[in-house]
Amino acid sequence: MSHNTLLVFEVTILVLAIFLGFEVISKVPTLLHTPLMSGTNAIHGIVVVGAMLILGSPHKGAFGWVVGFLAVVLGSANVVGGFVVTDRMLEMFKTREPPKEAEPPSDGASGP
Amino acid sequence: MSTNLANLLYLITIVTFILALRFLSNPAHARRGNQIGAVGMLVAVVVTWIKTGGTSWWAIAIGMLFGGGFGAFAARRVKMTAMPQMVALFNGVGGGAAALIALAELHKILPDPGRPKIDIGLAIVLSGLIGAISFSGSMVAFAKLQELIQGRPITYPGQKFANLALLAACVGLGITLVAGVQDEWLLWVVIAGATLFGVLFVLPIGGADMPVVISLLNAFTGIAVAVGGFELENNVLIVSGMLVGASGTLLTMMMGRAMNRSIANVLFGAFGQVSPQAAAATTDGGTVRSASAEDVAVMLAYAHKVIFVPGYGLAVAQAQHDVRQLADLLEAKGVEVSYAIHPVAGRMPGHMNVLLAEANVPYPQLKEMDEANPEFSRTDVAVIVGANDVVNPDARNNQGSPIYGMPILNVDNANAVVVLKRSMNPGFAGIENPLFYDPKTVMLFGDAKDSITKLIADVKAL
Repeated sequence: MSHNTLLVFEVTILVLAIFLGFEVISKVPTLLHTPLMSGTNAIHGIVVVGAMLILGSPHKGAFGWVVGFLAVVLGSANVVGGFVVTDRMLEMFKTREPPKEAEPPSDGASGP
Repeated sequence: MSTNLANLLYLITIVTFILALRFLSNPAHARRGNQIGAVGMLVAVVVTWIKTGGTSWWAIAIGMLFGGGFGAFAARRVKMTAMPQMVALFNGVGGGAAALIALAELHKILPDPGRPKIDIGLAIVLSGLIGAISFSGSMVAFAKLQELIQGRPITYPGQKFANLALLAACVGLGITLVAGVQDEWLLWVVIAGATLFGVLFVLPIGGADMPVVISLLNAFTGIAVAVGGFELENNVLIVSGMLVGASGTLLTMMMGRAMNRSIANVLFGAFGQVSPQAAAATTDGGTVRSASAEDVAVMLAYAHKVIFVPGYGLAVAQAQHDVRQLADLLEAKGVEVSYAIHPVAGRMPGHMNVLLAEANVPYPQLKEMDEANPEFSRTDVAVIVGANDVVNPDARNNQGSPIYGMPILNVDNANAVVVLKRSMNPGFAGIENPLFYDPKTVMLFGDAKDSITKLIADVKAL
């Protein structure tokens, strides 16, 4: 594939991704906007792939080593931190609290 | 591994990310979606690792151990009240990585014979520029939210002009680079300038506007990553980055709408600098009624319906668990309890929902603004915990108010309003709130957490 064909193809998927993003995100309730933000944060952690390609390229000078290494560190902090924090948050969203020993009396009192 | 096979496997990653976002439409399976996304990320990392053929694998592993270890540690330790700064931090490191990749790419391609292709050059400059702004801007947002530096707007004369000039200079240098001046130092200067711009551009933005800024920086990092995908000719970066870019842009627009302010006004307006003379107009002649915790406890315990309205003050006081406890007590007495949440309450979109979910409040009780507003007229008591501007009736009634036109929670439609507040100091933005002078409002002064604890004791004693 020539460079320009590739470029056109890349621009095409970029534009489609914009529309897809708007479509999917507009269905997220405001309730989950914080997890949405940290979840998308985790997704842009995909930058770690780019960092790996830099650090893992065969002919790199000292510059490539240092910059690539730093980018891998930052990128993996982004990925791991993003997913862990989102998981922690989403775990908390429940319809009812899990049954606890202290709950039954208060539930009984509020019964119909 | 062939490029085609790698790209096909990357497609799996892309699909998992889309599913992760799609699953977020319902809290019941949102967590599953996030886990699917994490698996997709793992696929991308493994594919990329194979693609590099094991070159410097140990350096990659050490880097990941460092970065991932820090990320996991920070993400596990952070308190839910500190979530905005954590999101800002992770957002910043992503932007920083994108800027570094731009530097490394340029360094790699410059020695090649002939001029770099124009689109690659453009991609390098853009991802360096946007990534650097996102990095330093997020770090300043982090420092502000963490209160390492003051949250109030920091301004000086000629600020907007200086910022714009700086940005224009960076863009200008970037253009010369794209146009064919092959000097690596140019990109260094562009990135340094963009880093400085990121700092200067977030400094004047006040704490209450943070939801807009964080959303915008989120979009920036996404866009920087997507553009980085063009340099590396990598689809997964393009699509994933742009999904985030779209999401951040949409959130930024929603937050702007929820404040009835243009994004430009938020970014360059240095709110909180507003002179209060116009705002004071409607409050004259009114008196403030203060109540004791006992009085309020009686009001709450004999109400049919109580709505709590949380704001950033709830997060500051860490009072979410106490509010939940009070709500439980009231529910045990047969009171119908729910929570009304303004889109920009707190320091990031949806901040209050996360805090209350942490306190085990069942999410069906968390009502968004459009759902909550019709409810106030049949509410006996609305309890404002640490919120101010988002319940200010001036936004509806007083054209002179700086927040006129901002959609608010109409708590003044409730039969009675209880405001938990530290003192009569006007809120962050320095805007007077006539709600406090409304005859049906009573103030319960003190730290939110202490006040709620007292209310709990008094309701129990009834």
